Amino acid sequence: MADTVASPLVEMCDISIAFGGVKAVDRASLDLFPGEVVGLLGHNGAGKSTLIKILSGAYKPDDGEIRVNGQTASIRNPADAKKYGIETIYQTLALADNVDAAANVFLGRELLTRWGTLDDGAMEMQTRKVMARLNPHFHRFKMPVRALSGGQRQSVAIARAIHFDARILIMDEPTAALGPAETKQVADLVRQLKTEGIGIFLISHDIHDVFDLADRVFVMKNGRVVGSVRVANVTKDEVLGMIILGKCPPSATPGPGAVR
Amino acid sequence: MNDLLAKLEIDIRLVGMVAALGLVWIGFDYFTGGLFLTPRNLWNLSVQTASIATMSCGMVLVIVTRSIDLSVGSILGFAGMIVGVVQARFLPVDLGWGYDNHWIWLVAVLAGLGIGGLIGTIQGFIIAYLGVSSFIVTLGGLLVWRGAAWWVTQGQTVAPIDARFQMLGGGIKGSVGAPVSWAIGIVTTLLVIGLMLLARRRRIAYGFSIRPAWSEAAIYGVVAITILGVTWIFNAYYIPVSVARRIVEASGQVWPEGGVQIAHGYAIPVLIAIVAGILVSFLAIRTRFGRYLFAIGGNPEAAELSGIRTRRTQMLVFTLMGVLCGLAACISTARLQSATNATGTFDELYVIAATVIGGTSLAGGVGTIHGAMLGAVLMGSLQSGMLLLDMPTPLQNIVVGCVLVLAVWVDGVFRRRVG
Ligand SMILES: Nc1ncnc2c1ncn2[C@@H]1O[C@H](COP(=O)(O)OP(=O)(O)OP(=O)(O)O)[C@@H](O)[C@H]1O
Ligand SMILES: [Mg+2]
Repeated sequence: MADTVASPLVEMCDISIAFGGVKAVDRASLDLFPGEVVGLLGHNGAGKSTLIKILSGAYKPDDGEIRVNGQTASIRNPADAKKYGIETIYQTLALADNVDAAANVFLGRELLTRWGTLDDGAMEMQTRKVMARLNPHFHRFKMPVRALSGGQRQSVAIARAIHFDARILIMDEPTAALGPAETKQVADLVRQLKTEGIGIFLISHDIHDVFDLADRVFVMKNGRVVGSVRVANVTKDEVLGMIILGKCPPSATPGPGAVR
Repeated sequence: MNDLLAKLEIDIRLVGMVAALGLVWIGFDYFTGGLFLTPRNLWNLSVQTASIATMSCGMVLVIVTRSIDLSVGSILGFAGMIVGVVQARFLPVDLGWGYDNHWIWLVAVLAGLGIGGLIGTIQGFIIAYLGVSSFIVTLGGLLVWRGAAWWVTQGQTVAPIDARFQMLGGGIKGSVGAPVSWAIGIVTTLLVIGLMLLARRRRIAYGFSIRPAWSEAAIYGVVAITILGVTWIFNAYYIPVSVARRIVEASGQVWPEGGVQIAHGYAIPVLIAIVAGILVSFLAIRTRFGRYLFAIGGNPEAAELSGIRTRRTQMLVFTLMGVLCGLAACISTARLQSATNATGTFDELYVIAATVIGGTSLAGGVGTIHGAMLGAVLMGSLQSGMLLLDMPTPLQNIVVGCVLVLAVWVDGVFRRRVG
């Protein structure tokens, strides 16, 4: 919808990273426009999480460039990424299990009183507000998150990502542990954030979810991008062909990983 | 029962620890024929515990971040030698300040804190930035700093200790007396209750759940009785009549017919340990730095991904641990009235035991300062009680070792039950 005039919010160009000898990501390029949801699909181990962890500052790429709003961005650590408005819901959730929901939501960005001490009351208050939007049945604010269910923990991780006015939101399997009601809540949330002009990377194994929510999809295989395609122009079977065989349909833009 | 306790937000662990301490005290009192629960013995116990309690505050933070520090006893030994040499040789002789200078004690204390902090920072740097495990770095430190302590004077004991400095170790001059002790007790009680009321008001303002008023009031009562009770006990330990007489006569008054009783009150090292405990507790609970320590202990990867500078934080924990070792070195040196290269030998074991008995989990992420300080009092009680019973040292070690294992086992069972 927005790709005719607007410039991309994020461009990742020719990104490569290797762990030991394994090329986890190999010359991958991605882009994302404001108000767009881009799905990232691929097998287990295709390199999806690794690629987006480079964007969120968790890993430094061996090669390649990241641009935010057309400007080269230097993202050397997670704090840098947050300065660019990039928020991430990690596949592993990345929660500190021994502290409560509010402490996790505000981890690294605590609210302080005017004496410079932690303002736990204010943090709990705001956490209650975000959580009401995500998971209205959530009441266990005083518990360490270790004591929460998988879905509740996932809600906490989502709350942390959306509370800070993200401009770019990365969701790595955000609904893997959620029940149907909460999954729908997250889908509604994604649609709402989209109307606010936020760009969203959505990683999911559920191709139906992705077709429901995404404008475009990128498919990865063995660390390489097979290709990208507008969801409106393909069938699910064609996308499955990209994931499994690495074969691009005519409507797709092939990448370095496409088989010819 | 558990529901009720949860609603009252009472720390069940703490209650359990106090109960255990009570049992130990009553047991020793019975077997020593009433020698244990006397103001004199409890006062001595408090002074003997001060140094271990001070270090255990720092050890909580170290263990919370999934590290360990085996070198605290050796750092104490080395810092103690530096503190001794500074006040017995360097300042009075080498710099010609003489032995009567008013500032010697302060410079010596600052030297102790500084050298402790420096050593802690060096070890912390190696652990955090060079990635060597804390077990290995501080095991090395255990040997290095004990050796260095010997090197300072080639093994000679350092004396005399400055008269003002000696006050940091307790004794008659190093106690604040009854009026000041009462003032401290009353002000502290009011302060604690005032802060709790403030916290309650804030929770009400936010519309969060609060304790029922009667249970809140009961807690204030317990706080007041504890603080004032401790003050009363220390004020019931009087200095010897001959010393009292000398003090009275030196002040130009006549010694009255029936004599007067002058109380010790709080010993200065005990006040130092308590203040250190309050400050470190504040750091742990109320500041970002403290929050990060717990987050790192709970999930280091999550802390890193949240943008926390985990390496710097980890290094600073060891800096703080080193400073507290320096403080403990001042207390120990002042109490023993000399510096020797063996001071603090095995302290690391007592500090770690106190911390773990006090509920700090070696898996990281969990621990409280007040728990560790209670743990230190428990360890000190065992030592002091067994000494009163004339138990041979090897047997004492066996008992302490067994108690440590037993306490951690009970704590584990408790955690699984209550969570
Ligand atoms: N920290 C690491 N060290 C070594 N190898 C890694 C590391 N992280 C990822 N890899 C490897 O990189 C490859 C890509 O992993 P990645 O987690 O990005 O896959 P993914 O597409 O997210 O898979 P999934 O769908 O299972 O989440 C895998 O072969 C993985 O083993
Ligand atoms: Mg993944």
